[in-house]
Amino acid sequence: MISAGIVTVSYIAATILFILALGGLSNQETARRGNWYGITGMTIALLATIFGVVTQNYVELMVALAAGGGIGILLAKRVQMTDMPELVAILHSLVGLAAVMVGYANFMDPSVHFTGVELTIHDIETYLGILIGAVTFSGSVIAFGKLSGRIGGKPLTLPGRHLFNLGLLIGVFWFGREFVIESAVGGGIYPLMIMTGIALIFGIHMVMAIGGADMPVVVSMLNSYSGWAASATGFMLNNDLLIVTGALVGSSGAILSYIMCRAMNRKFLSVIAGGFGTAGGTVASSGNNEDQGEVIPVDADETAEMLLNASEVMIIPGYGMAVAQAQHVVFEITKALRAKGINVRFGIHPVAGRMPGHMNVLLAEARVPYDIVFEMDEINEDFPKIDVSVVIGANDIVNPSALDEPDSPIAGMPVLECWKGTTSIVLKRSMATGYAGVQNPLFFKDNTRMLFGDAKETLDAVFKAL
Amino acid sequence: MKIGVPKEIHAGERRVATTPDVVKQLKKLGFEVLVEAGAGAAASYTDDAYATAGCEVVASAADVWAQSDIVMKVRAPEGAEAGMLRSGQTLISFIWPGQNPELLKDLTDRGVTAMAMDSIPRISRAQKLDALSSMANIAGYRAIVEAAQHFGRFFTGQITAAGKVPPAKVLVIGAGVAGLSAIGAAKSMGAIVRSFDTRPEVKEQVESMDAEFLLLEFDDEDGSGDGGYAKTMSEEFIKAEMALFLEQAKEVDIIVTTALIPGKPAPKLITAEMVQAMREGSVVVDLAAEQGGNCELTERDQVVVRDGVSIIGYTDLPSRLAAQSSQLYGTNLRHLLTDLTPEKDGEIVVNMEDEVIRGATVCTDGKTTWPPPAPKLSAAPKKAAPAPAPVVVAEKKSAAGPFIAAAVGGLALLGLGAVAPPSFMAHFTVFVLACFVGYMVIWNVSPALHTPLMSVTNAISSIIVIGALIQISSPDDTIKWIAVFTLLITSINIAGGFAVTRRMLEMFRK
Repeated sequence: MISAGIVTVSYIAATILFILALGGLSNQETARRGNWYGITGMTIALLATIFGVVTQNYVELMVALAAGGGIGILLAKRVQMTDMPELVAILHSLVGLAAVMVGYANFMDPSVHFTGVELTIHDIETYLGILIGAVTFSGSVIAFGKLSGRIGGKPLTLPGRHLFNLGLLIGVFWFGREFVIESAVGGGIYPLMIMTGIALIFGIHMVMAIGGADMPVVVSMLNSYSGWAASATGFMLNNDLLIVTGALVGSSGAILSYIMCRAMNRKFLSVIAGGFGTAGGTVASSGNNEDQGEVIPVDADETAEMLLNASEVMIIPGYGMAVAQAQHVVFEITKALRAKGINVRFGIHPVAGRMPGHMNVLLAEARVPYDIVFEMDEINEDFPKIDVSVVIGANDIVNPSALDEPDSPIAGMPVLECWKGTTSIVLKRSMATGYAGVQNPLFFKDNTRMLFGDAKETLDAVFKAL
Repeated sequence: MKIGVPKEIHAGERRVATTPDVVKQLKKLGFEVLVEAGAGAAASYTDDAYATAGCEVVASAADVWAQSDIVMKVRAPEGAEAGMLRSGQTLISFIWPGQNPELLKDLTDRGVTAMAMDSIPRISRAQKLDALSSMANIAGYRAIVEAAQHFGRFFTGQITAAGKVPPAKVLVIGAGVAGLSAIGAAKSMGAIVRSFDTRPEVKEQVESMDAEFLLLEFDDEDGSGDGGYAKTMSEEFIKAEMALFLEQAKEVDIIVTTALIPGKPAPKLITAEMVQAMREGSVVVDLAAEQGGNCELTERDQVVVRDGVSIIGYTDLPSRLAAQSSQLYGTNLRHLLTDLTPEKDGEIVVNMEDEVIRGATVCTDGKTTWPPPAPKLSAAPKKAAPAPAPVVVAEKKSAAGPFIAAAVGGLALLGLGAVAPPSFMAHFTVFVLACFVGYMVIWNVSPALHTPLMSVTNAISSIIVIGALIQISSPDDTIKWIAVFTLLITSINIAGGFAVTRRMLEMFRK
């Protein structure tokens, strides 16, 4: 048994290590060290709590810790890099569930005694912790379902969904009040449970209403919620370590959501309000579909020839590359071209894929060195010098109407301006529109060639032709 | 339907309206193709090659004209040619109806459907059948080749054992298709290239080819007319322009002029005085020679030497690159025919609702249909026209927003401070500070690391495990088991989050 002072000092150490962990992730050189800081911080926090706070039931503790740890490591080892968004979503749901559980356990704990204002505040903290936790939990489970294809990616737009959300919100306030009143006289479990139900429904409804293209925002938003849930739990338990860590994670997720929204030129609220895909579908038919001209298809051999004749090649991957698992053959092609002295680089749009940084991870998995992978802002100016841009399974992020057509649903969204290069080759399964439901004038441009088919198969053919 | 391709009869014309490669595509559209014997000889396409591609090679021109439903040519019909056309036949060629009103009347009277490749509207959809651009591209390239022929020096600069060679300086006036092509050709030979154009929007295109755009400091008069062409400029502008050219003439070795204003004689841009100012051995290539020339001293179809400067006035530059221009022209024609045969059954449909076909058709069914209604779309890049009004509104909102938010937030905090006990406020301080630390730290994260960042924050947020650990020692069994379950799921999260982050970070490598 160690003293409370030592426990507090250990918590301070853990807090600092967590901050260093997040700071370490600011670039690739220090990222690995950052992860170790995080692991160390977590270990210190766990050890200090186990030896300083826990007084009995060590067997159950060890079993749970070992079993959970084992499952976690197994999951981490097994997961395909293309499935990272699903893993992250399901892990978020666990944090949410944990917050709910801790909240209930704390509420039922007879040893916790407060009176007066302190009781009210404590009740509100408990209530909030469970609320955020439940929303995180159900929202993450739905996000997981959507990302893994178990639930359709189309946004579910109930009639009067805003009113529905408003009703839920009022319900949450009402039962919060009931809970505080009843808790003062020793009850309160029923309002708490009803609120949990409402929160679960709210989480489900919120994520159901969000379209596929907005998934990066949703994933980072849930990331943020899981942090706030931890923070609220910290308030409930009067534990600064939880408060600080939760706030760090919460603001990190919030910033990521903001960056994602900015990358799509969308307001955070309008993403959360949902229904993006359907609105786009109707607007798309209002004139910008007419007179688009024809696309010019090419085959794999011609693509290979164009690549060989180029000296500057830009590869723009999108979700289609992840779906087709084409990242490895992309790197084979990259290696082959670079061996011939062709400068091949990658241009990544912030919202390419299903979660922030998804494409970078896939390319890293295929062993693409990170110094040839560039962010949109770094390379957008270089496009006029690019001979061939290869767009793999991306659509909205290379749509020129985002810049040219003020009334387009994606107007103002920053895009990769590949059409400014000499030629763009677009790999696509068909002429279907992107998630935003907007037709893409890029495909009809004179200097665009379309290579239809599954990304992996066609790229294999291109690689052979090289 | 049968397509006939006669040999060009214009003196010196080497081009031909189709090539064996194009014929193969035409057959896919359902056409039969007749080619006059020797039609492609000057452009290095043999009769055998046409026959192999599936053409019928016909010995006499008269037979070609008589047997075909569609006649494809390069030049407008001359001499006896127009006389061989009959009602119901379709002619596709350059026609220049503005310059050849009599020919147009003759074609109309004969009931011919005539499609002029020079009247294709210059809209983006029609670029693949824009023969003027194809030919201008070739002319621009060839202009540099001709200039090199008459220029007694290297284009590229070199430092050799025998001394230093400075690079040639080339001025290209008019950065249209031909001008840009000349810039590209001169640049790839190593010259220093400058370009001037009255239309400021082409500056970007010129600079994208690594050439220098000469800007005239002048009350930003815009020389862009309809359809991407230039218009006539004001007198003061021209004066300033001439001063610039004179100054440039003293410096540069080669001037290529491509300035044309539709429906008018070419503007005189290079005066005798400027030619005199040029160095001995310099070259002027005048691509506007056909419309009277941009240089005062240009003589049509001739190379003349004045004051030691060679002035090239060839009007047949595309024909001097006959194989290339026949291939591009043939492909332009094929694209037009593809548009004309939507069913791919070898039967053409002249759909006057189609803007491109409407523009190209100068006469049909005994009626003159030229000039077409003016095209609405400009080939010039649209000027960025963001609606200013909504932007202003948004800015106003965002200017007031933070104040309101700050006021509401401040009041809420005051209210909280008034009722909350000190212990809560202490935690609250920590919370607010932690939010700011998080904010500062996360802004620096490289976007490439967003996924690892999320998985690591996910692992860290499992710090909620502390809550479970605090509760696990509870004497109450329900609470104990809830805590055990929470511990189980959070440890999945801790181990999984850190392990998967590690796995991802291991993959990032230089």
